[in-house]
Amino acid sequence: MNAILGALEWFTRAQQWSGPDGIPARLLEHVWYSLLGFAITVLIALPAGLVLGHVRRGRLAGLTGFLVTSSANAARALPTLGLLILAVILTSAGDLVPILIPLVVLAVPAVLVNTYAGVRQVEPGLRDAAEGMGMRGPQVLLRVELPVAMPLILLGMRTAMIQIISTATIAAYVGLGGLGRYIVDGYARQDYDSMAGGAILVIVLAVATQFVFAGVSRLTVSPGVRARG
Amino acid sequence: MSPLTAVLASEAEPLIRWDWIERNLGDDIAEALREHLILSFTPVLLGLVVALPLGIACARWRRVYPAVLAATSVLYAVPAIALFVVLVAFTGLTYSTVIIPLAAYTLSVLVPSVVDGLHSVPAHVRQAAVAMGFGPLRRLVRVELPLAIPVVMAGLRVATVSNISLVSVGSLIGIGGLGELFTTGLKRDFPTPIVVGIVAIIALALVSDMLLLLIQRLLTPWERAGSGGRKARRAQEKTLVTAGGER
Repeated sequence: MNAILGALEWFTRAQQWSGPDGIPARLLEHVWYSLLGFAITVLIALPAGLVLGHVRRGRLAGLTGFLVTSSANAARALPTLGLLILAVILTSAGDLVPILIPLVVLAVPAVLVNTYAGVRQVEPGLRDAAEGMGMRGPQVLLRVELPVAMPLILLGMRTAMIQIISTATIAAYVGLGGLGRYIVDGYARQDYDSMAGGAILVIVLAVATQFVFAGVSRLTVSPGVRARG
Repeated sequence: MSPLTAVLASEAEPLIRWDWIERNLGDDIAEALREHLILSFTPVLLGLVVALPLGIACARWRRVYPAVLAATSVLYAVPAIALFVVLVAFTGLTYSTVIIPLAAYTLSVLVPSVVDGLHSVPAHVRQAAVAMGFGPLRRLVRVELPLAIPVVMAGLRVATVSNISLVSVGSLIGIGGLGELFTTGLKRDFPTPIVVGIVAIIALALVSDMLLLLIQRLLTPWERAGSGGRKARRAQEKTLVTAGGER
């Protein structure tokens, strides 16, 4: 219990709140890396998931379905720390790019699979109605399938963002800035107050992200879709 | 010589040095693997033991479920490294520090899958059991729980695979099973242990996943006859895809 009190005391020290190793700077760094990784992830995975889910005719559609769903569980097996260290050792260390690669690789499956599943789950009757009204493929996708799949797409995005925040924390071990620095540097100095302080900040950030996504979902999911639950 | 092999040959350090693997397979790697198995499977068992009664309770008293679901979904969002660090204050640098958070994640995945599994039992099956004179307890144990197995197993597969990969994060506080190979590799700027660690963890996860699938097949012979309900299949897929989320 004393250790937790020590961590709380850590927050009250003046030097924690200014300079490049201060909490505001580290938090900003962490949010910046996370948003960057998130943007790249969504740019890759969202269009891919939408198109894969939308195309359902042809021999390949069944195979992609199987591959996408099994990639969901296979992706969970990838060890974050191993990928980060390997990426840094094999490329020049200290750069942001080698860290962004595992960051994105680990987050893409969540968005891809949920988007795919969301579009796939749209009732055939709904799609037929859209086609009957004269909509073409892309219109059906963007004006019917996308809004109906929105809750699952947002769930995938939230899972990806949480994953990215966690990976970015661990990336401090290979030299990235952000909140993970307090944990890694604290461990190296045997300074538990700093480690626990960093851990508490990461928890706050992750939980805050959950709430942000709950808010976004209220704004973007159409009331009709939400009511059907 | 192609350009790629030329580059690889010119590197001072090859990606994999087989002699290092041979020298360390016996004790270091085997010991890391043993630790990894303990650290990843104990939480699965602990989580299952708690999740079954909790899930059954949530399926019965539906008003409790949203609150439990909100709690588990927030818990699932907290990064493992943060939980490990906080727990160090209470459990020190012991196996429990890694096992407790992973058991909590397992619980977060399994409670919804137990509830979904029980809800996937078709109403007419339940009515048939009642008509045959089954009381609530016997109906649960003999009819509802067996039919929920595929969905619960889907949750168990997700939890096991993620635990196996998450254990390696523990190496940041010195308790990481095969993850120790990663920190060793970084300290010596030497890729072989890292590649060995990644391959071993992925292989362990895939083998465990297949074993669980096999167990599921043995436990549910009726599924092979193709009589598994559509509702149950949907719930299984949902667990595999969206586990940890709140839907």
